[in-house]
This record gives sequence, structure tokens and C-alpha cells, in this order.
Amino acid sequence: MSVATDGAKSRPRRTPGPAHAGGPPGPRPARSGGRGPTGGARRGGWTPWLYLAPALVVLAGLLVYPVYQLGLISFLDYTQAQVSGGEPTSFRGFGNYAELLSDPQFWNVLLATVVFAAACVLGTMTVGCALAVLLTRVRALPRLLLMLAALGAWATPAITGSTVWVFLFDPDFGPVNRVLGLGDFAWTYGRLSAFALVFFEVVWCSFPLVMVTTYAGIRAVPTEVVEAATLDGASVWRTWRSVLAPLLRPILIVVTIQSIIWDFKVFTQIYVMTGGGGIAKQNLVLNVYAYQKAFASSQYSLGSAIGVVMLLILLSVTLLYLKLLRRNGEEI
Amino acid sequence: MSTPAPANVPADDLAHADAPANADAPARTTAPAHRIRRRIRKPWRLAAECAAVLIALLVAFPLYWMVLSAFKPAGEIRSDRPVPWTLTPTLDSFRRVFEQQEFGRYFLNSLLVAGAVVLASALIAFLAATAVTRFRFRLRTTLLVLFLAAQMVPVEALTIPLFFLMRDVGALNSLFSLILPHLAFSLPFAIWMLRGFVKAVPEALEEQAFIDGASRTRFLWQILFPLVFPGLVATSVFSFISTWNDFLFAKSFIISATENSTLPMALLVFFDTETPDWGGVMAASTVMTLPVLVFFVCVHRRLVSGLGGAVK
Repeated sequence: MSVATDGAKSRPRRTPGPAHAGGPPGPRPARSGGRGPTGGARRGGWTPWLYLAPALVVLAGLLVYPVYQLGLISFLDYTQAQVSGGEPTSFRGFGNYAELLSDPQFWNVLLATVVFAAACVLGTMTVGCALAVLLTRVRALPRLLLMLAALGAWATPAITGSTVWVFLFDPDFGPVNRVLGLGDFAWTYGRLSAFALVFFEVVWCSFPLVMVTTYAGIRAVPTEVVEAATLDGASVWRTWRSVLAPLLRPILIVVTIQSIIWDFKVFTQIYVMTGGGGIAKQNLVLNVYAYQKAFASSQYSLGSAIGVVMLLILLSVTLLYLKLLRRNGEEI
Repeated sequence: MSTPAPANVPADDLAHADAPANADAPARTTAPAHRIRRRIRKPWRLAAECAAVLIALLVAFPLYWMVLSAFKPAGEIRSDRPVPWTLTPTLDSFRRVFEQQEFGRYFLNSLLVAGAVVLASALIAFLAATAVTRFRFRLRTTLLVLFLAAQMVPVEALTIPLFFLMRDVGALNSLFSLILPHLAFSLPFAIWMLRGFVKAVPEALEEQAFIDGASRTRFLWQILFPLVFPGLVATSVFSFISTWNDFLFAKSFIISATENSTLPMALLVFFDTETPDWGGVMAASTVMTLPVLVFFVCVHRRLVSGLGGAVK
């Protein structure tokens, strides 16, 4: 809450200054006479719906309807034959799901996705938080350097990040193997090492968000609080665990959930770095798996069923998120 | 939680508390912020600063290597003793990239798609964010929860239905097939993020505007819009990046009309072979990263404060 409220509070101070200058407490009675009794926002009849209309139209057409279609296709028999109109579509009920759940490869991919996402979230959060704390302990110049480097990593498109990291770890021409003395060790051959390579790239491009947000959060914590902890002889770790982390909890929850969602549905990195899912499909994650099923082997209904599974998993993460926010007493 | 107001703390309170630790800076009365920094012992701070600089170099290294390799002559790139510098920079790789059929066109396509999405989503999200923060109406909370849930929808999972949708409306192979889905996917987050900015504009301002006889529309565009503009910029970064970065839709929806392809496709031409043309890949990557980097650096201050308002 600290950052959120601070951001909200500091903003009016900076931008809409005229509000305080131009709106003295004088006209208060006039206002309550003229407008509705609302203690803030008003009832506007149809106005809010008018404002919402474009957004709702776009979302209904391009988000809600496709989600519905996704669900529908996952219950149909929908392959190349049906797409080209050669065969009529037929209803399969839960047939696709049954096929999916009895496929050992699906469980294998699901497990890999969960473990990989968990590792990425953990790595991102650890690096991001550690560097945020580090940022508070250095002077302006090193801080600026680190911020700029992080912004660079943040801004790099996933696809160029992927190609660059593959090049860095290239067995023949890459500097990393050279520096580490790994000879011509090919990172993409082994399952674990290929995942590790993608892990590095994902952490590299996603820790900056965590770092910047957490740093902003720490800055919003009253200086006296940290000062008092330091005076009481608390170590850096202790200060973080017992003072900062509880205060930053709401922010940390938000960025953790965001990371979970992003890392769970990672696509570009896996697709580009491991060449579409790795040797013998060893590096598949759910998203790539669904794509391969649908567009490489034209099993659109199976691909859709995988999509539905992903949707359900992420939906439960979202519900958890809302619950945690509620417990923190946040008001939407 | 109270706002941090170190300036209001009585000075002698702090001085008193400081006394034991502050022996090396006796009676100097400075702002409390300075004192905190003073308390971190010099060697520790130095170590922390060295670490920060080292990490900064490490984080920036991939980008440095990308730009460096783009300028290296082919012989140096394919050497098995790569060195982190080059004495003979050349534009050969860039030349190769731009000579590839219609690379410039791909670049323009990417810009066009991202620009259209940024403009449209900023306007639509501004209206929607105003509606959900400035008005109370039935279903308001439900809508907000739905916007939040919409952010979690895995874009890639919808590729299949979107593909058929685009085919049915005849948008397949045109830039619209990229603009429309990205617009839909960036809206929920944009609305969610702009909420904080719209909320921060004091209610009193609105009252005042109405008393002065401004209509609702006039207030919306002439008062609220300029005030929320920094937030719009911060939001745009996200829609711009997600659109600019898009690879999956560009790959799936633009199949036969290659004149409508976007940058990632051009990049993959160099990458997708058994023996990638690394110079070309790195040059194309540099060209693709540069606009985002420039955009990012320009707005990063607003971005940080924007996140502060939006993390709720």
C-alpha cells in the first residue's frame, strides 16, 4: 500500500496544483446544493456506460468471444479437414480432454511448465529485491548506472533478447563458454542446460520491473523506520525481513503474481531459443505445446483444450491474487 | 500508513538518537536523509557501490555484445576467440539487413501497428478509466474484477480462435489482424493502470469546473486529459512494447502477404538456419531494440511514478 498511496498522494501535489489554488474551501455549500449527494464520484446515468462502450466493444469482440470460441473448439473435432470444409465438425464432448489427460507427454509438459515458471519467479524476485535493496545503499552515480542497465534489459524485446542470449552462449562463437572454459559445450542439447539458458534470459529481462517497483516501495517507507531498526542494531537481512518486507508486502504480492502469470505463459523465449521446443520436444512448455499442436500438426481442438487448461490455471492464480488483495484491506 | 515526513520530525529528537553512531559528524545539522547515508560505514558503502557497478556492467553486457557484434566484420564474429572490442568496425551487417527484401517496409509495418495500438488503447483506456473511477454505477466492481481477470488471459492460447476470427472477417494477412488483438490485450492493463492517475486528480477540480459552467465533455478533454497525460505516456510504454515485441501473431496471422510482415519475421530470416548469420541477426536485433530503448529512456521517469500509482 505504501507505494500506491504515496504515488497517489504525491501526484496531486505535483501536477494539478491549481486545484488547491483555484478551489478554496469557499464553494463547498454551493457544490452540495448543485450536485448529487455523493461523497466523491457521482452517478452519471448513462455517461459511464458511454465512456466504457469502446473498451467493452473491443474486449467483447476480441477477448470474450475468442475465449468462448476457444472453449467451443476444445469440445469439437476440429482438424485440418474441418478447417478446409472437407468434413463436417462434430461434437466430441470431453473427448479432447480425455485424450490430453491420458497423454503422458501432456503431464510431462505441465510439470516442466510449473517447475520452470516457479524457478523463474523465484529467480526474478530474488534478484529484483536484492538489487532494490542494493540501490538504496549506494550513491547517485552507481544507482543511475544500474538503473540504466536494468532499463535496457527491460526494454529489450523478447525476441532480440533471445537471439542475443543464444549468441552469447553459442558453443563456437560465444564469449560465455570462452570465459567459463566450457569449450564447445552446447547449451541447447541437454534438457536442463537449455532450460537454464532460457531461465537466464527470462530473469534478465524481467527482474527490472521487480527491482524498480520494489525500490520505489522502499523509498516510500518512512526513513525513521529503517533508521530505528539500524539503531537497534538490526542487520541488513534482519531489517529487510522484519521491517521492509512486511511493509512492502502488498507490492511484493502484486509483482509476484505478475511474474507468475508472465513466466507461466512464456512463449517467445522458449520458441526462439530452443528452436520451437527443443531437441525431441524436451523443452516444451504449455504455451509452445498448444501452439505446436494447433499450427504445426493442425490439431486445433487439442491445442484449444491445452489453452483452456492454461486459462483455468491462470484464473485460479488470479483469484488467489484478489483474495490476497482483499485480505490486505485494499479497496477496488 | 502515514506519509513519510522527515522534515516534520523535531530536529533534536533525531540528534539525540543519532548521538552514539554519529561521532564523526558532530554538531552538523543536516537533513535526516543525509544522516542515514552517513551511518552506513564507508567500506560497506564502497563495496556496495562496486557491486552495483559490476552488476550494471553484467546486465548491460548482452546489449553491448549485441551492438558490438553488429559492427564487427564477419571474420571477427566467426572467430573462436571472441574479444569484447573491435578495431575495424564496419556497417556490412547493417547493409546486409537493409538489403534484405523490404526490411524497411517491415520496420514501418512494425511502427504502424505499434503506433495504432498505442493511440487507440490510450484513448479508449482513458475513457474507460474515467468511467470506473469518476462514477458509481451498478456492476462497477464486477467490471474492475473482469478487467483484472482479462489481464491474466494467456494471449497465446487465444491464437487459435483469433486466427479463425480474423479469417472470417477477412483481416488475415492484413495489419489489422495484428492491431486488433493487441488493442484488446493491452486495454485491460492500461485501464487498470490509468485508474490510479485519474483517481489522483482531485474531485474538487471537477466540481469547480462544473460550477464554472464547463460541460462534462469539456472537463473530460480540456482538464482531465492533460492532467492524466503523464499516466497515458507510462501506459503507452506497455502497449507499445507488447505490440512491438509480438512474435506469435506476426508469425501466425501474416502468412501469405509477406509485404505486411513485421520486424521479428525479418530477424528470423537470419536466425532460422542451421548456421545463423550472427552479424545479420545482431544488426537486425539492434535495429529492432533501438526504438524501444529510446522510447523507454525518454519516459522512464514517468514510468516509475506510473508504476507507483498502479501497483494497487
